[in-house]
Amino acid sequence: MNLHPQPAPAGTDAVAAPGASISLRNLTVTYNNGFTAVQDASFELDPGTICALVGVNGSGKSTVFKAIMGFVRPAAGEVRLCGLPVAEAISRNIVAYVPQSEDIDWNFPVLVEDVAMMGRYGHMNFLRMPSRADRYKVDQALERVGMTEFRKRQIGELSGGQKKRVFLARSLAQEGRIILLDEPFTGVDVKTETAIIALLRELRATGHLILISTHNLGSVPDFCDRVVLINRKVLAAGPTAQVFTQANLERAFGGVLRRFNLGGEQLHDDEDPRGVTVLTDDERPLVFYGEGKGQPLAADNPPDKKPS
Amino acid sequence: MIAELAVPFEYGYMLKAMWVSALVGGVCAFLSAYLMLKGWSLMGDALAHSIVPGVAGAYILGVPFAAGAFFAGLLAAGGMAFVKARSRLREDAVIGLVFTALFALGLVMASIWPTSVSVQTIVLGNILAISDEDVVQVAIIAAVTLGVLSLKWKDLMVTFFDENHARSMGLNVDWLKILFFTLLSACTVAALQTVGACLVIAMVVTPGATAYLLTDRFGRLIVLSVAFGAGTSFAGAYISYFLDGATGGVIVTLQTLLFIAAYLFAPRHGVLAARRRRIEALGART
Repeated sequence: MNLHPQPAPAGTDAVAAPGASISLRNLTVTYNNGFTAVQDASFELDPGTICALVGVNGSGKSTVFKAIMGFVRPAAGEVRLCGLPVAEAISRNIVAYVPQSEDIDWNFPVLVEDVAMMGRYGHMNFLRMPSRADRYKVDQALERVGMTEFRKRQIGELSGGQKKRVFLARSLAQEGRIILLDEPFTGVDVKTETAIIALLRELRATGHLILISTHNLGSVPDFCDRVVLINRKVLAAGPTAQVFTQANLERAFGGVLRRFNLGGEQLHDDEDPRGVTVLTDDERPLVFYGEGKGQPLAADNPPDKKPS
Repeated sequence: MIAELAVPFEYGYMLKAMWVSALVGGVCAFLSAYLMLKGWSLMGDALAHSIVPGVAGAYILGVPFAAGAFFAGLLAAGGMAFVKARSRLREDAVIGLVFTALFALGLVMASIWPTSVSVQTIVLGNILAISDEDVVQVAIIAAVTLGVLSLKWKDLMVTFFDENHARSMGLNVDWLKILFFTLLSACTVAALQTVGACLVIAMVVTPGATAYLLTDRFGRLIVLSVAFGAGTSFAGAYISYFLDGATGGVIVTLQTLLFIAAYLFAPRHGVLAARRRRIEALGART
């Protein structure tokens, strides 16, 4: 793994990237209150992959994350990371987690560089005293996400995109081969989204395995190699082109999405049977169609109405 | 004049009171750095009131007060869990209900069976009359807590900041939380001796809150907080010599004065700094 262009100081025990993999076999997770959040889920992911975990709220996306990080004990089935049981993989710092912005207390008295340094804690002795190598890796991580000039800022003083990048820097400093991102594009402007995606592509090129939970459908085909569609059960899993189809998405999202159909006589006056469908969830696009100033189109199925 | 100011240092009981107060104040301040960040401040208050019957009972039975306090603390935690699980009451109502119930029980116990320790001592503390055995108990609690916190402060910080990350690097988050609350309970017991049940809450909130206004780094926050806690407690015990008692009141008053100073004059997060920034922003626009 050549993350650092400059020579690293002695004592940097970079985890070799090859072999980052996730394997879920018939995973079932039942919570204490008897609710089965994930049932019989199976999928395999290989190194050098960006995979989107797509589903509605409450579909078990976060439960899958929890199972991968070992927070919940499977009622049946198993999770293996890089061929290892979860607990073993965690103790080797294989998994790095980038939290949702809502899960963080932005008033917490820590600076940008302190957060990045937390990524190194798992590599330190039990007193968590940073070595020269740890500081070097934090510097590198901040540089890579373009946050070096903000390193002395308290995290609450950052913009939405910068906040995301701080936690990306932490996962880089942690040197996890598997990186989990929880809704990374919520509350982030397009520019930052592009920057994050570029960084994820670089990480993919160095053999990392990146799993992203998202309901931001539009960006998925742009940069995700694979997609897992989930609604308590795995509805479909595989290469984006095969899985991320209109039929599958409608199955995964049911009546939750808004849908705009443009086709036939609405769109043109010849016999072309093709149509345009716009699927969207909470960010509701306004769709215009027509010459010059078109008429706004209403969604076919507003979310409050179940589709027939 | 100067000879007069040095008088408290000539009495063994005053020296003892000042050093024990400083120790307890410092340790409570260490914990306050964490407590106030998680919105758990009032938990310290609930805990302090709940252990009163335990302390009273311990004195009646002649067992170490720490044992009684620990038992009452368990009873409080169990009682809250029990009521919450079997009713649809909200958590704050349950906490309020259970801790005042136990506090009242403590007062009743101490009035029915008058002991060497009065109700007033438990509620208001009496560090000036602390017995040598109690000093030993307080010192052990404080030393152990300080030791554990010095070793584990970073792990606790990560746990409180981002639990999922803490887990993903292999920390035992549940164990760390239990450790924290055990230390908190123990220190609440110790602080009971110094400032009494009513004012314990100040010891585990105010120094941390003051330091929070002065720094954006957690390490510095802890250092400042401990310095405030220990300093005000030492000074409070000293001043109380001249005021004849009310040590707890003096300590908490000093802590509050420090807080007000920070609230107004803190270089970045103070009221005046914010006002200055606003005026500058307005000036830049015109």
